[in-house]
Amino acid sequence: MFATLLDRLRALLLAILLAAAFALPALAEPFEDAVAKFANDDFSDTDEAIGAVATSGNPLAFPIISALQDGRLSADPDTKKVFVTGADGKIIDAATGEAVDKLPDNAAAVRLNNRLRRAVEAALGGLTLLSPDPAKRIAAAQSVFRSHDESALATIDGALAKETNKAVKTAFTEARAAILLYKADAAEVEKLESVAIVKARGDQEAMALLTGLGSDLPPNVARAVTSAMASIQSNLAMWSMVQNAWYGLSLGSVLLLAAIGLAITFGVMGVINMAHGEMVMLGAYTTFVVQEVIRSRYPGLFDYSLLIAVPLAFLVAGAVGVAIERGIIRFLYGRPLETLLATWGLSLVLQQAVRTMFGPTNREVGNPAWMSGAFELGQITITYNRLWILCFTLAVFVILLAMLRYTALGLEMRAVTQNRRMAASMGIATSRVDALTFGLGSGIAGIAGVALSQIDNVSPNLGQSYIIDSFMVVVFGGVGNLWGTLVGAFTLGIANKFLEPVAGAVLGKIAILVLIILFIQKRPRGLFALKGRAVEA
Amino acid sequence: MTPHVLTRSLDRSASIFILVVAGLGVLIPLSNLLLPAGSALQVPTYLVALFGKYACYAILALSIDLIWGYCGILSLGHGAFFALGGYAMGMYLMRQIGSRGVYGNPILPDFMVFLNYPKLPWYWHGFDMFWFAALMVIVVPGLLAFCFGWLAFRSRVTGVYLSIITQAMTYALLLAFFRNDFGFGGNNGLTDFKDILGFNVQADGTRAALFALSCLALILAFLICRAVVTSKLGKVLVAIRDAESRTRFLGYRVESYKLFVFTLSACMAGVAGALYVPQVGIINPSEFAPGNSIEAVIWVAVGGRGTLVGAALGAVVVNYAKTYFTSGPLAPYWLFMLGALFILVTLLLPKGIVGTFNAWRESQKETQVANAESAALEDGVGEPKPAE
Repeated sequence: MFATLLDRLRALLLAILLAAAFALPALAEPFEDAVAKFANDDFSDTDEAIGAVATSGNPLAFPIISALQDGRLSADPDTKKVFVTGADGKIIDAATGEAVDKLPDNAAAVRLNNRLRRAVEAALGGLTLLSPDPAKRIAAAQSVFRSHDESALATIDGALAKETNKAVKTAFTEARAAILLYKADAAEVEKLESVAIVKARGDQEAMALLTGLGSDLPPNVARAVTSAMASIQSNLAMWSMVQNAWYGLSLGSVLLLAAIGLAITFGVMGVINMAHGEMVMLGAYTTFVVQEVIRSRYPGLFDYSLLIAVPLAFLVAGAVGVAIERGIIRFLYGRPLETLLATWGLSLVLQQAVRTMFGPTNREVGNPAWMSGAFELGQITITYNRLWILCFTLAVFVILLAMLRYTALGLEMRAVTQNRRMAASMGIATSRVDALTFGLGSGIAGIAGVALSQIDNVSPNLGQSYIIDSFMVVVFGGVGNLWGTLVGAFTLGIANKFLEPVAGAVLGKIAILVLIILFIQKRPRGLFALKGRAVEA
Repeated sequence: MTPHVLTRSLDRSASIFILVVAGLGVLIPLSNLLLPAGSALQVPTYLVALFGKYACYAILALSIDLIWGYCGILSLGHGAFFALGGYAMGMYLMRQIGSRGVYGNPILPDFMVFLNYPKLPWYWHGFDMFWFAALMVIVVPGLLAFCFGWLAFRSRVTGVYLSIITQAMTYALLLAFFRNDFGFGGNNGLTDFKDILGFNVQADGTRAALFALSCLALILAFLICRAVVTSKLGKVLVAIRDAESRTRFLGYRVESYKLFVFTLSACMAGVAGALYVPQVGIINPSEFAPGNSIEAVIWVAVGGRGTLVGAALGAVVVNYAKTYFTSGPLAPYWLFMLGALFILVTLLLPKGIVGTFNAWRESQKETQVANAESAALEDGVGEPKPAE
């Protein structure tokens, strides 16, 4: 008994010693040998080297393979030494990791062909699956999901067992399912499970994965795949609807912002202000100036630049608006067509003035930190600037509505809209109301400019691109009614975005214009027309 | 009937206008062709083409004056009819290039070869014949105006609403013609023309002939407009302009009158565009830009709306100013001037140059008559004053 135990112990000891004796060089040598194979300039040797390096577990493996991918791995065919040129230009010896001053003269980049490039990608995927950074692990899992390369299965299984991060775990599970689906000898049960996992993922890539499966599947699996594809399809269709609706809302908010000031001037005074777009432009340039001042004097305040720009833009555009009303439009009441021409001329002057002052090119207006970036909601991406603009537009709308409803000026404005002469008889100074109304409408256009500077190019032509759309919104929604403008803007925005995938961006826009022209035939005063007995002269 | 209409429609300013245009239309080509180059009186060819362009603009201005000055329809989309006529002519000129294009395809124009069109789109057929193209120059703008007007006037879209949707119309066409797959050359448009009816478009003789033709077309357009506005129909149009509802209540089918004059005006604009294209040598979608149409309206306003002669004069004056200023050191200020022109004319000169001049002449005449009357009164001191 004792002797056998001793024997066993001795055998064990021997085994350990042997293992130690062989294992130490075994760790070092194959790696160096493998690295040296890169210098042979032979594709099959390079292939072996990639495999050996990738599975070696050596910390240099990742830099070597990625250098190989980017053509930064060079080898000296005489000394069989291999060098990695880092992305920062530093050179190290690939086998030892020691820094090298410069490459030998006869060193040449290790060449790749397409087959090797795939091998490199797969190897990199395997390497980053074990990266300490969860984002990298997810990215690696996604690339495995796409390539469904069988060789990654072992790594994935291993990684999955150790993984604790939930999101990474899901990504690994999905990647594993993708591999199993494409693995010829995987069990049917496993394949069915995999289909379910891929189905739950439900995005465009899942669809692509299932579509690529081919027809030689067991009947059960084939049926599961078909139903999963149908389910993903409907899921995708739903998300694309949601996406279109979101884009539509976003476009609608921009249209509303641009048109709301016009609705006021047009609604209350019946004045067609063709220079309205230029008020928007003035607002955008105010933002630019504010940001320039902040950049040069108080860089710390940059995140508040828009908050500072909003009231300033309102004041600038509003003041210009009052000046226009007092200087030009006042003399043209009752001659709407002449007003149109005069304000068009004014828009040319303002554009050219801005072009002279700020130059004809686009000016850079930055996004504050809280407006940049995006987040994922289900399968759509929502950018913060669009979201903020939507909120901002609704806020402006509500404030304006409240102002018209609850302030003295609002009351006077509504009175003048409904019956100018009666309002005048009641002692309302209609000309003062006109000037203030025009200033208000222009000021709101200026605020719109602040918001639009975040998503559009700030150039002298900024206003031009919105003027026709804004008129369409106002005419479609009906004059003299802010709710009409709201409904009009969002209807046009959403209709535009739903037509776009079907007809293309330009045709969609043309279709919308034609539809509006036809709509005007049916309801010449827009969706929400003011009812009255007036007959036009 | 025709001579009667002609004589009735020719008052003094009209006769002067026709004589001046006809004189220029004969003298400028003659001077260009017969006098030796470099002679002081010789009009260089580039100026002939430039004046030809002005003549086309004058026709466009006349067509706008006809509807705006006499019927109160402010179209901000007349550039669209002008450009459609231009495209019809451009298509004919493209087909005439034949195998002389860069790609040497006998049927397909260069841009179609470039864009891999397998065959000629159906709407390009027939444009190899001049008569067909000439017909389309009138029919296409006329048809569009008819459909558009039929829809708009029947549902009583008037005033600024009409202006805005005409602007939307030309904007929609602008977007459409910018598309490559629309079959009209995308944003490059149609250009690189070789010859028209067998004559080289670049040749001096062709240019002179085109200028003379443009002057002839201007005179014809003027006579047609004159005939319309001095007829009974013209009286109804003015009535519609001044009080549309009242005219309707009197029993006139307002929309039919408006539709007729709108369509006629569009056809005239189409002819102007067709004459414009061979002289300028290119037609591209930017002709549809809403800004162009509005600019054409300001020519009429400057010259004087509702005077016809004024419209043509305004087109020439404003465009001459544009050529003069945009080619000189003042080029950056041209838009300021144009903008100021819009504002000042509407504020200070609502009747335009000719309208103001006419009003001044009227007042001169009145004071003359008044002076004469008072002189007559002083002569016969004892006579009783007639009741006023």
